[in-house]
Amino acid sequence: MSLSSAEVDKIAHLARIALNQADVPKYAENLSNILHLVEQMNLIDTSNILPMAHPMDMAARMRPDAVTETDQRALFQSIAPQVDVGLYLVPKVIE
Amino acid sequence: MEWETVIGLEIHAQLATKSKIFSGASTAYGALPNTQACTVDLGFPGVLPVLNSEAVRMACKFGLAIGAGISSRSVFARKNYFYPDLPKGYQISQYELPIVQKGQLDIEVEGEIKTIGITRAHLEEDAGKSLHEDFHGMSGIDLNRAGTPLIEIVSEPDMRSAKEAIAYMKKIHALVKYLEICDGNMQEGSFRCDANVSVRRKGESKFGTRAELKNLNSFRFVEKAINIEVERQIDLLESGKQVIQETRLYDPDKNETRSMRSKEEANDYRYFPDPDLLPVILDENFLAQVKTTLPELPDAKKQRFISQYGLSTYDAEFLTDTRDLATYFEKVVETLKADPKLAANWVMGDLSSFLNKQNLEISQSPVSAEMLAGMLGKILDNTISGKIAKQIFEAMWNGEGTAEQIIEKQGLKQVTDTSAIETLIDEIIAQYPQQLADYRSGKDKLFGFFVGQAMKASKGKANPTQLNDLLKKKLA
Repeated sequence: MSLSSAEVDKIAHLARIALNQADVPKYAENLSNILHLVEQMNLIDTSNILPMAHPMDMAARMRPDAVTETDQRALFQSIAPQVDVGLYLVPKVIE
Repeated sequence: MEWETVIGLEIHAQLATKSKIFSGASTAYGALPNTQACTVDLGFPGVLPVLNSEAVRMACKFGLAIGAGISSRSVFARKNYFYPDLPKGYQISQYELPIVQKGQLDIEVEGEIKTIGITRAHLEEDAGKSLHEDFHGMSGIDLNRAGTPLIEIVSEPDMRSAKEAIAYMKKIHALVKYLEICDGNMQEGSFRCDANVSVRRKGESKFGTRAELKNLNSFRFVEKAINIEVERQIDLLESGKQVIQETRLYDPDKNETRSMRSKEEANDYRYFPDPDLLPVILDENFLAQVKTTLPELPDAKKQRFISQYGLSTYDAEFLTDTRDLATYFEKVVETLKADPKLAANWVMGDLSSFLNKQNLEISQSPVSAEMLAGMLGKILDNTISGKIAKQIFEAMWNGEGTAEQIIEKQGLKQVTDTSAIETLIDEIIAQYPQQLADYRSGKDKLFGFFVGQAMKASKGKANPTQLNDLLKKKLA
């Protein structure tokens, strides 16, 4: 399976990554090479193998349900580009 | 052309934990914006999520209640999309290995019982809130809700009408409240629903193209939105057009659904296992322990109320609507030790109407179960009549004391002394000779007039049965 330039554009858009149009063919080739490697791996029979969810073979440690955080809004918002009445302001989003 | 509606629901229930699913920030509703959003919720670099054990326990409780398998190993995955109320750029959810597997639930619509399949339920974190009012031409973001634990309960496309969808949604709503894993508050967004709706020709085995309806934040809206969407789809198909797979927003003011955005692009969520979180492994002991915390479930309680207390299906359903109401009723019966039907009538009648009028929950009732039982006892031992009881109930509601104290203070004790009632009747008869003559000449209807007059003269305190009997004798 090879990726077309159009598919690379789409993936870049989904990931919100700006690509230089001149670089797109190069990305298409590199990404296609990765997919070719995946294709080779797909040939191996893995029907009896549990998919790896994490490289460490351990179970999640859980914490008790307790509130341990305090209000640090002023500190967090001191680095925000724009705030008002306690809200973070972002370019208008409307659905 | 006959069309069949096909509906599947995705219900999001906020789990009633104190802290968030992956951080120690509070989940309490109504705090000032962003005062309950910590570095984990804000997606600061270098932070790590740590799973809240209570959220896991609650999800298991739900799974056990719908007869589902609980995964001994489940995995958190990242669901990637960009939106300002999702600071990390992904939502931590579960994808291939959800915690709750296939289960089911029975609903009842118009006397028919139908089993609805539940595909899965998984744990995930809620997003923040975007406020689109004008903030200098920008949107305001409150991340207090970000990271609140949710279970998303996904049904099979098993429902065939808006009525069935509502019945299912109400059933899940009652269940999560019974289990005390969600407060069920729809105004505050603790319990939300999206509906996948499609139509197909009757007899067709393939599903039609579906639209996903969002913003259904009340039972009424769900019903209206589904009905209007079904109409829209049928109109499209009957005029030779196609239904497009998309997300549509219900607008309650205009009672219409409208397209939000095309799903093709937005739907490419590129799920993958979250490398920040290890698989959740649950052992038998843990599940056995959760099992011991399961309360009696609504259906079982309803059946027990019918068989144990001899209540009608309607009464049993009403009284088991919430766990608190059922507990209240049982406490009344337990204290009274008699006549569950009388207790049911008062809980469903006067008590419920007073609660409704003042918009109170049963747990806020100024009349406790013990107080109500005390008053009902006074009806049963003939101290008061049912009519006087209404007056006493209102006085108890207004904080004037127990039934006993009110009866004493206001002299409301029922008159059961035969000679006293007789004297009363004699006076009435003497007062209305014309009516007496008319009655004796065959105007039977006047009996009611005498009952009314005598009752009035006794200020409602004469024992009604005795009054009737004696009056009949005297008038004859």
